[in-house]
Amino acid sequence: MTTTSTTPTAAPQQSGGRTRFYQVGSFAVGNRLLPEVRSLQSSRERNNTLTSGHRACQGCGEALGARYVLDAATAAAEQAGGSLVTVNATGCLEVFSSPYPESAWRLPWLHSLFGNAPAVATGVAAGLRAKGRDDIRVVAQGGDGGTVDIGFGCLSGMFERGDDVLYVCYDNEAYMNTGVQRSGATPPAARTATTQAVGDAPGNVFGQGKDVPRIAMAHEIPYVATATVADLHDLERKVTHAMGMHGPRYIHVLVPCPLGWGAKSSHTVRIARLAVESGLFPVFEAEYGEVTGVSPIRRQVPVEDYLVLQRRFAHLFRPTRDEQTIGRLQALADRNIRRYGLLGHPEAVPVLNDEATGATSTLGARADLNDAPKED
Amino acid sequence: MTTISTPEAAPAGGGTGKVRPFAITLDTASSLANKTGAWRVERPVYRDFLPPCNDACPAGENIQKWLYDAEDGSYERAWRTLMRDNPLPAVMGRVCYHPCQTACNRGKVDEAVGINAVERFLGDEALRRGWQPDPCAPDTGKHVLVVGAGPAGLSAAYQLRRRGHAVTVRDAAPKAGGMMRYGIPAYRLPRDVLDAEITRIEGMGVRFILDSKVDNISSELDSGEFDAVFLAIGAQVGRRTYIPAGEAARILDAVTLLRDVEDDREAGADAADQLMLGRRVVVYGGGNTALDAARTAKRLGAEEAIIVYRRTRDRMPAHDSEVVEALEEGIQMRWLSTVQHADAGQLRIEKMELDETGFPQPTGQFEDLAADSLVLALGQESDLGLVDGVEGLTIEDGVVQVDEQFMTGHPGLFAGGDMVPSQRTVTVGIGHGKQAARAIDAYLRGEVYQHPERHRLADIGAINSWYYSDAPQQVRERLEGARRSQTFDEVVQGLDADDALFEARRCMSCGNCFECDNCFGVCPDNAVIKLEPGKRYAFNYDYCKGCGICVEECPCGAIEMVPEMS
Repeated sequence: MTTTSTTPTAAPQQSGGRTRFYQVGSFAVGNRLLPEVRSLQSSRERNNTLTSGHRACQGCGEALGARYVLDAATAAAEQAGGSLVTVNATGCLEVFSSPYPESAWRLPWLHSLFGNAPAVATGVAAGLRAKGRDDIRVVAQGGDGGTVDIGFGCLSGMFERGDDVLYVCYDNEAYMNTGVQRSGATPPAARTATTQAVGDAPGNVFGQGKDVPRIAMAHEIPYVATATVADLHDLERKVTHAMGMHGPRYIHVLVPCPLGWGAKSSHTVRIARLAVESGLFPVFEAEYGEVTGVSPIRRQVPVEDYLVLQRRFAHLFRPTRDEQTIGRLQALADRNIRRYGLLGHPEAVPVLNDEATGATSTLGARADLNDAPKED
Repeated sequence: MTTISTPEAAPAGGGTGKVRPFAITLDTASSLANKTGAWRVERPVYRDFLPPCNDACPAGENIQKWLYDAEDGSYERAWRTLMRDNPLPAVMGRVCYHPCQTACNRGKVDEAVGINAVERFLGDEALRRGWQPDPCAPDTGKHVLVVGAGPAGLSAAYQLRRRGHAVTVRDAAPKAGGMMRYGIPAYRLPRDVLDAEITRIEGMGVRFILDSKVDNISSELDSGEFDAVFLAIGAQVGRRTYIPAGEAARILDAVTLLRDVEDDREAGADAADQLMLGRRVVVYGGGNTALDAARTAKRLGAEEAIIVYRRTRDRMPAHDSEVVEALEEGIQMRWLSTVQHADAGQLRIEKMELDETGFPQPTGQFEDLAADSLVLALGQESDLGLVDGVEGLTIEDGVVQVDEQFMTGHPGLFAGGDMVPSQRTVTVGIGHGKQAARAIDAYLRGEVYQHPERHRLADIGAINSWYYSDAPQQVRERLEGARRSQTFDEVVQGLDADDALFEARRCMSCGNCFECDNCFGVCPDNAVIKLEPGKRYAFNYDYCKGCGICVEECPCGAIEMVPEMS
């Protein structure tokens, strides 16, 4: 198994492979010292496929993810001398971007129904094929509701038929547009409007829901990948890689939802990072059902560091600490770590106890342990 | 007929001549019409905070700026930035105790940035390539006398000359440099480096008159030759304490010892023969001078050099790095001990214990310690004879009192360095010289120097260390203790260009944007405008919803949320 590393390639004037220690590796969006590792998003010429004025909530992870993905996808299509059309399922992304008669999209964009985006994309791809337009590529996208539950049959059919579509799921782990109802991607113990934090086992049930990236892998399609808005370089690379292939491809992007998760709007990227660093959201890629790369954990944290920032998990800490449920979630994370071999990052550091706070964390300086708002 | 976009006025097909598809009554438009900035209750603002390194630097160097310059290999630009505040970077990179590194936030992430090592690299690079300081301002016709050619005097002379004033420096010693030459041993500061940096100041047109002690400053003030005077005579006299001693006991003071070694070196004489320290040397004191004296004695051939100090190691005023180096060289330490009586070849030591206030108290237990000589390193005092009778000047605790402009009570007479209340390090002296020069420059123009408002200190809590790659500090090579204790060769070696570049790039740029594009990349509303390289970014407040992701994800904490004013 190869390891996907986020470290930049060696700058020409350097030797000894020490360049990964530069002031900022490629962890940041850009780097004035290392032009060769800048992301597409660092460019003033980026496409801005989702432009300003959309009505997404403050700090929306999905808006961020959609721009990252479609900017990279359009750039890849244009690089190949072609262009891109996108098909959108119903959900937040469609609603906040296209309240009639305005649109925030700056690329050809179709919306039909909640559950049929993969099928519509199939039709678009077929139509283009019939017209002999092999220069136009198709990207279908939807939230976890439209993908994991309602459009699931269509998605599986699209995979089976071998349609030339890249399907991107923006996973914010519930039906946010309609008021935060549980979906098949909602994690166990999370509170939603339909899985209230009441009773013996508050929040969502353990052992239900489904892992669509692995289901997609089971279709043995050319490419399946997971990513988050916290690792832009990784996400852009995966989209570009997927655009270089044909046939059904699937990318599953974790996009935190401040409103639905009960998190600070400023914490969107941080929470996505903690989801990865805790092991709860494994970041990997697979080709034809075989895992070909993982993003190893750089600074491991206990799941608690991720949970504690979100009100949907508040019942695990208040009024009393629910050690058992936190332990079960930690066990899920540990299983992901074992399943994908998520330890062994070149910069990995062991979990440390922070004396100042008593919390266990290595994520950054004390800034990351301090959940108090900055204004305090 | 005008277009009225309502269903009534626009039947299908439209009476406007505009044909729209079935059931479409409005023209489509861009979401840009929707100014989402109205949602905001707080707005992000770019700030420039004072980084902790700059804050801690006694010379007031803009460290972060010269590290930033050095990061892309622009060493000359970095050196020029550095030289604005400090004319002796090669010296500084060797003798400074780098409080900047103690303050460095990177120390809380992995290890502090090796600022001092990079400074030394820049200083050495400048000497190697013969870079010359920026041209001085046009002559002002004013003439300033600087008394003392130590760090404070040199720094003031350099800063005044830069500003176009004529400067004369007088010093009692045969060579300029003050305690950098006569107090700091050559194994810490090679003399060719010191000479080269002083020569560079001389090359700017500063006049040096050496071997010329100023005995009476009043006559200089009255001569009318100078428009202002800066005193920086240092603290050259070893402090004495009464130790009962037999006839033949050999007692000397550390300042004299270090100066004699330098004079002998200069004259090509063998200092070991001249000083007759003997085989066992005891140094009494706990400051840097005590350590330098012990390490020097060892190098002069003493088999044993023992430091006797009243308190414990953690209460030693000496810097820890020096203590470590001394221990590596086999210097022995006797804590909680005072010298009670000195005889030929023998000292009587009394054991001490710390009371609850941390002050050492005698215990009445004595022991004998064989010693051929005793070196006293109990601090230094200034010889202030030259200011006798100066009107308005006050002396307290053996030092001259100055105001925040470094001016004494006598108008036009300024003072700095070890002779005023201070920490007494080279870097503090450099800082005093710079600040005094600014004040003198204003005074010569009939003004009072106003320091620009200090920026708020950068907050470690605002650093997002995720974005910085882990990078251990590059360690400067050192001669091994056993090998170096025999010679006056330089102990610490410099970094090579690769390592210096690497070290400069470890800077996290606390509190000041370094254009990593994070804010531009992570804004879900595209409300960050990326400007030209070097011009940073601006917010488009028409669309910024005030979510704060940019603030959270800014690696260096250069963005701040402030409440919207209604």
